[in-house]
Order: sequence, then C-alpha cells, then structure tokens
Amino acid sequence: MTKAVEWTNTAFLEEVERRSGAPVGACLQCHKCSTGCPIAPEMDLLSSQVMRMVQLGLDEETLASKAIWLCASCEACTTRCPMEIDIAGVMDTLRMLAVERKAAAPDERVRTFNDSFLKSVRRHGRVFELGMMTAYKLRTRDFFSDVDKVPAMLAKRKLSFLPHHSSAAAKEVREAFKRADEEEKKR
Amino acid sequence: MKYAFFPGCSLESTAWDFDKSTRAMCQALDIELTDIPDWTCCGSTPAHSSNASLATALPAMNLQKAREMGLEVMAACASCYARLRTANHKVKTDEQERERVKTITGAAYAGETPVRHVLDVLVNEYTVERVRSRISKPLSGLRVASYYGCLLSRPPEVVAFDNPEHPTCMDELIDAAGGEPVDWPYKTECCGASLSLSNANIVGRLSHRLLAMAVEAGADCIAVACPLCQMNLDMRQADANAHGKLPPTPALYITQLLGLALGLKPDDLGLNALTINANAVLKKISSGERRSAQAGAAR
Repeated sequence: MTKAVEWTNTAFLEEVERRSGAPVGACLQCHKCSTGCPIAPEMDLLSSQVMRMVQLGLDEETLASKAIWLCASCEACTTRCPMEIDIAGVMDTLRMLAVERKAAAPDERVRTFNDSFLKSVRRHGRVFELGMMTAYKLRTRDFFSDVDKVPAMLAKRKLSFLPHHSSAAAKEVREAFKRADEEEKKR
Repeated sequence: MKYAFFPGCSLESTAWDFDKSTRAMCQALDIELTDIPDWTCCGSTPAHSSNASLATALPAMNLQKAREMGLEVMAACASCYARLRTANHKVKTDEQERERVKTITGAAYAGETPVRHVLDVLVNEYTVERVRSRISKPLSGLRVASYYGCLLSRPPEVVAFDNPEHPTCMDELIDAAGGEPVDWPYKTECCGASLSLSNANIVGRLSHRLLAMAVEAGADCIAVACPLCQMNLDMRQADANAHGKLPPTPALYITQLLGLALGLKPDDLGLNALTINANAVLKKISSGERRSAQAGAAR
C-alpha cells in the first residue's frame, strides 16, 4: 500500500521557491523534464517527481535522494519546462539545502568532488587538477578507478605536478570565498 | 578584432590543446586575443551546486578585470562561457545579487562586460563567408558530426547564440572548411560532463550513446567545443566501449579542425594530445587534397 501524503507542510515549498527563485508550485506534472533527462535511468526519483515532492513538503525524502546529486546540470529540463521553472536551478538549491540540513546523502561522491574542487580553487585561485584528484581519491577511498588514465595524462601534459597560479589572484579568491560563505549564511 | 581572452582552468591543463588551437586559429584569422590578467577560476559546476553567492562572484571578479581592458570577453570552454554569461544575467536581473557581488568582490559590477563564445565570434562577427575565404587546405571528404553539448545552448535566454535544440553554427563552419557536416540527432544531448570523476559509469553510458549515433550517421570524427565533452568522448572512449564495441572515432576541437583547414600544422594545434589519434582524419584530408589536385590537373 502506498502511504497517503497529507499536504500540510508548505514551508519547504516556500523555502525552495525563495532560494531558487523558481515557481516550483506551478509544476503541473507534464513530465517533459523527466523524458528529456539524460540521467533518468540512474536516478531514484525523476525530476518531475522531485518537483512534486517539494510541493508536498516531503523535505527529508527529497534531500536524501540520489537524484539531486546525479543531476548533471545539462539544463534540458529548465529549457523545456512549459511553466518556466528553472528545474536545474532547483536541483542546485536542493543540493545546498541537503548540505545545510546535514541530510544523509546516499552517495557522497559528487559532494566530495565538489568540495575537493572548491578547496583547490580556494587555495590556488585556479583548479590544480592533480591535487584535486588526489584529495578526492583520498576522501572517497576510491583509489583504483581511472588510475590507468593518469600516466597517459601526464605524458600528454594534461596534468601538471605543480599548480599554476599567481599569489595575488589566489589571495583575492580566498577573500572572496570567505565573504561568500558569510553571504550564504544570510539567505 | 580584439577580445579579452578567458582561458579557464581546463585550458591550462586537461585541454591545453583547445587553448593552443584556439590561439593559433585566431592568430591565423587576425583575431587578437589578450588574456585577462590574473584571471581566476569561474567556479564551474561545483560552485553553482554549493554556494550561489560564490557562483556569481567568481565569474564577476574576472569580468571586472576585463572591464578595465575595455574589451568584450571571449571564452573557449563551454562551461566557463556559461558561468560568465550566467553571472552577467544574475547581476542584470537581480538587485540583491548585484549587492552581494559588491560585498564579496569589493567593487560594483552590473554586467557591463559582454561575453562571447569563440563559435559566436566566428559565426556572428567574423562571418562564415570570411572563414571560407581563408581556407587553404579544405577538409575534403571528411564527414564530421558536430557535437554542441549542453552549455553553449542552454538555457537559451542566458547563453544561446544559435538555435538551442538544433544549432548549426559548427556545421556551417565545417561546410565552409570544405568538410561534410553529417546530420545526426544527438547534437545537444548531454555527455554527463562533471560526473566524469564521480560517476564514470554514467558518463560511459552517455558517451557510448553519442559515439554510437555519430558512427551510425557515418561520421569520420566528432567536432566539439567543450573540454568536458572532449574528455568524455576521447579519453573515456575506452570506458564507452564497455557498453558495446565501436570503431575508434576521434573527437577534435572545432578549433583544431578549422586550424587544419587554415593550413596550420598538427603540432601547432596540439593534435598530439588526443587519446584517439587523428591519423585517419589527416589521411582523409590529404587524400581529398590529392584527388582535387588530380582533378585540377585533368581539367
């Protein structure tokens, strides 16, 4: 038996709409987003189902889904939505809310990648690929995938051993990160 | 023609060949590029997934620097291009966002610096006809599937300079370069992009779909304009083959293909960085050249 959902919690819908600026409440379940979604086969929830769950106030279930982390931000859903909902933008908001509310992520890999990438930018002002990949692998303990590609990437100069950066620009970026973190807390 | 160039992080590492070929092609076409001094990362997908203020402020910092140069910005990486355009769109349409950028970067920015993609510059400023007039080594007989991916087209009100569902700018340039653009339906389908490191299996499935369709359409190679698309189609072609064996299909940057047609040497265009080598492409171009030379002699 499917569980009946009472439509009482509008706070979640209001917060998602305010933070994303997208009228999620306007979703009429045409499923156009889901039919064009390239990652739909791997997702536990289709994008149209995510919209419906936000409408119904199912915050915990939505924020603990795999779907919000697997969304590749290809923007096909945003482009095609007849109600002009920026669905990819809503996915960004849901990822941020999941982190803020410490929702249990079913798979930490995407989040760990995002963190490793941003740490690298924060430190160097630009991404230092080899350092970022190493940090990601240490944190996910995923030591073997793609290691076969590293020698060829080094040989083809696609990865360098040292970061490229100017220290003045890196300092500017570090300060911007600090202030952006403060601004985010006010949202 | 002069632009402030924003290379972005990929172009100085995994996509140095896109950097090299973009600069060489622009030089051959007399398009002058000056790098934005001390440019910094645009934040890419990790920033817009994690911190909305940062996702606008990081590109804005670079656009403020370009404003000092008094030039329009040109980007080659599709992801950088989309992030820079999105930041402009945000500060132009949202006053609060403009205030945040001021607080974070210490300077006002209201979207004064226009941002163009290299394809937009070629087609809408330089013009396809002028490109055609500069071709010295036509890509005769080369069948090319133009792959636009996501971020040059979507969302259209922010980034598009072409039809978002059926773009044609690369096909027009391939035609101008003497090649044969193939008609295929996956021009703007996603390759999985930034899931490359975290979910290689998904990227393998998506890349396989794209490569299989390009092969079915009879393409000799794929033309791309994004470092992530290129990496997923080229370096990850072995992973894609786990979903069904396909003939090796080179994925070249559009700037590499145009560079060859402009008479530049493979080394000037970084062709040695490709995982699936371009030998078949080069052979086809030179045999087309011989055929047309023989036809010319016969006449």
